[in-house]
Parts: sequence; C-alpha cells; structure tokens
Amino acid sequence: MSNIPDNLKYSKDHEWLLVDGDTATLGITDYAQDSLGDVVYVELPNEGENFNAHDAFGSVESVKAVSEIFTPVAGEIVSSNEDLNDTPEVVNDDPYGDGWMVKIKMDNSGEADALLSAEEYAEFLESEED
Amino acid sequence: MSETNLKKTPLNKVHRELGGKMVDFGGWEMPVLYKAGTIKEHLATRTSSGLFDVSHMGEIHVDGKDAIPFINHLTTNNVRRLKDGQAHYSALTYENGTVVDDLLVYRFNEEKLLLVVNAATQDKDWEWISSHRGEYDVDLRHASVEYCQIAIQGPKATGILQSLTSTPLDDIKYYHFTNGEVDGVGSIISRTGYTGEDGFEVYADATKAEQLWNKMLDAGGYGSENGILPCGLAARNTLRLESAMSLYGHEISDEITPLEANLGWICKLKTDFIGRDALLEQKRAGLKRKLVGFEMVDRGIARDGFDVYINEEKVGIVTSGSPAPFLKKNIGLAFVPTEFANEGQDIKIDIRGKLKNAEIVKTPFYKREK
Repeated sequence: MSNIPDNLKYSKDHEWLLVDGDTATLGITDYAQDSLGDVVYVELPNEGENFNAHDAFGSVESVKAVSEIFTPVAGEIVSSNEDLNDTPEVVNDDPYGDGWMVKIKMDNSGEADALLSAEEYAEFLESEED
Repeated sequence: MSETNLKKTPLNKVHRELGGKMVDFGGWEMPVLYKAGTIKEHLATRTSSGLFDVSHMGEIHVDGKDAIPFINHLTTNNVRRLKDGQAHYSALTYENGTVVDDLLVYRFNEEKLLLVVNAATQDKDWEWISSHRGEYDVDLRHASVEYCQIAIQGPKATGILQSLTSTPLDDIKYYHFTNGEVDGVGSIISRTGYTGEDGFEVYADATKAEQLWNKMLDAGGYGSENGILPCGLAARNTLRLESAMSLYGHEISDEITPLEANLGWICKLKTDFIGRDALLEQKRAGLKRKLVGFEMVDRGIARDGFDVYINEEKVGIVTSGSPAPFLKKNIGLAFVPTEFANEGQDIKIDIRGKLKNAEIVKTPFYKREK
C-alpha cells in the first residue's frame, strides 16, 4: 500500500503539495516513484520561471521510462532541489522529504484548496488500480 | 487491451509470485522488472548472476539431408563452418539485404539443426522460412511451445549451473552446446547469452520450466546477499546495450542491412544466400550510414528515436538509448552518415526540444574481463 501523508494535497497526476501560506513545495507521490522504478535523472526548471496550472515543469526518468511532472497550481518557481542532480535516487527513498522537487510561489493559493485530500487521493488510487 | 490475448510463457505464474511487473512485449506478457528493480538486477548479472526467462523466443527445427544448404540459402553466416555442438549468430535477410530477423543457428549434426529466433517476429520468420523450402529435402517444425528457455548469466552462473548438472560445463566453449541433464531434466545446455557476461542458456521441455527456474534460483542463493536475482526485460535491454548487441526493430530491421549495423562479421559474402547480391553491391558502393555508440556529455538521457545533429543539421537517429547502470553513464547507439562515424566526433541529441552534447565512442561500451 502506498504511503499517503495526511498533511499534504494531491493531484491526479500523482504530485503532492505541501502548502505554507502562498508557497507550495511540490514532489511526486510514493505511488508515482514506485510505478516509475529506479529514478536515474530529474530535470527541473530554473528559479524565476513561471508556469500555468497543469503545465509540465520538468521530467523524471527511470531506466526505462520518462515521465513529465506537472504543477497543479500556477505560479513562479522560487527554488529547485538541485541535490537531485547528483542523487536522483532520493526520489525513491524519500519522495515526501528530501525527494521534493520545487517550491512554487502560487499566483492564487485558492487553487491548492481544490486539490485532493489524502483520503480522496487514496480512493482515487484504488479506482485506478483496476 | 485485455491481457488474456497476450501469450504467456510457462513461467508466467512464477513471475507474478516473484513480484514481476508484467507488460506487453510484442504480444507476450513478460516481466519488465521484479521487486529488486532494474539497476540491482543489472548489477547482479555483472557481479554475481542473473536469471532470465527467455521462453518467448522461437525455436524452429530444420532436419534432413539438405538442412545445411537450406539454412545457408536463407542466412548470412556460413553454416558449413559449424561443427556438431557449435552455434553461431546470423541473420535472415530479404533480397534487398535488409533483415527479416537475427537468430542463433545450432548444429547438432549434419542433418539436424535448430534456429532460435526472436519472440515477436517468430510467426513472420516461420512464414518466411517455410515459404522458401522449395525443392530442399528438409523437415521444418515450429516448436516454440514445446520449449522453455532459461538464461543464467554472470560470473557466478557456471558454478551455480554446475551444481545442478553432471555435464562438465568447463568443457563447453563459448558458442558451443551439448545435450545434458539439469536437475535430472533433459536439456540443451548452451554457452550463449545476451548480456556480455559468461553464462548459459538452457532449453528444456516447457513442462519442466518451473522446476528448472526454482532450482536455479535456490542454487544461486536468491534472497541472500550477492545472490542471484531474477531479471526482467528492462535489465536484459540495458545489459545488451552496454555490450552493444543489436536488438531487432532497433539496430536491425527490414529497413537496415547487417553491414550498416556493424554485423559484417556475420555476412559471409562468398556463400550464396538471399540478399547477398544486395549486400555485395552495398559494400561496393560504400555504406552511406553506420551504427555508432555514443556517450552523453551533457546531462540527459537519449532515448530510442531521438534525432542526432551535427553542425546544426539533423543527420541521424538514436536506435537505442538508456542509462547504463554498471558504467554509470548515459549511452546509446545511433545511425550517422559514414563520414561522421568516427570515435571522438561530437554530436548533439535532441532531447525533448533541447540539443544536448554527446560524443561518439568505441563499442562495446562494456567488455567483461576474462
């Protein structure tokens, strides 16, 4: 069973958000890292880049596959996790902690409220399973 | 989409029990990886041993007085050079010199040979081979469902397999084989593989697949530190790519000749086979493109089908690209115009709209120490 912390918000593209005021930290969920397999490469945007909600802002690659990462909220990148350049496997080991990807200053923090709760994401995963 | 339409090997249930993530591979339901994951599976094969279910491969028996001339007519390598108990790598070619499939040819004796072809192409191959029978005095039999095929590969493979057979494995040279018993099961024991490591491929009756697989896992210490690991298709691919071996549909296909794919060594142009004249002509005229290996210089992973640029101009295409788990580099194979096919040549790969630097390097990328 996937680990789904209660304090986070979730998207149907399997990203998580930790909201702190108008800033959100964003990464991929335990389910997403497990589906991908060994993460070997993460490509992230530069600070100052702007994205609309549902834009792909980067990609995460396993040995076999490439997966785009989408932001469920609009805003400006204020920080990218550069440690993932050298240690992409942290995304597998600690997807909700050191495996975070970007911090984004949200244009409208209300957008985050509309995302899935932990409970709703768990239900969504179950409906996806079969 | 229904998975019931997919073909299954006799080890399908075992793969599921081992946590194999099953995917559709050319119409076959196969494990792409197991619980350990591709990187650990790949490294186990390089440093200990890996176990692969390759039962999806196709077996075609060619028996009879004309077995050797018949196969020589269809394939690029010279079957007359094979001795009893020897195998070689070869290709089936069309009249225009492009490739129907690549295959192994096993010679048991002058009138009994076995062709082992790729899984996804075996029906096409069977059609091609049987339609060329003509006046040749041969019996042909597509026997894939009768066989399981298990590959045990890596530095510990010989020791593990030896613990299950009285056949002296050290007497079997590379690309040779013998009939023997593994755990009491009649088998063809072949010193071949697709990983760049030493090891064996064992062919046996399909009903014995689970027994052989489980015995090899046990004998290899599966579950213990540095023990054997079952390996999925993803590791099989990265292992063969580090060793720069061709994969049908990528480095060779019905649009590519063996000469272009650095397989001149399996094209014996003095024998008369279908496609020879086209290959002779291609050789005379000079190759326009060649397969090369490259390493990424910039960060980024080249993938199959990405475009190759030199001097801002699109000149070629990546046939296989991937991270190389043992070498810890991002590597690939690509076709480029012959004039640029030199070690040290700078190239660029279009990775999702960004041109990233790479360099042509010598192949194989990985060569085991003997």
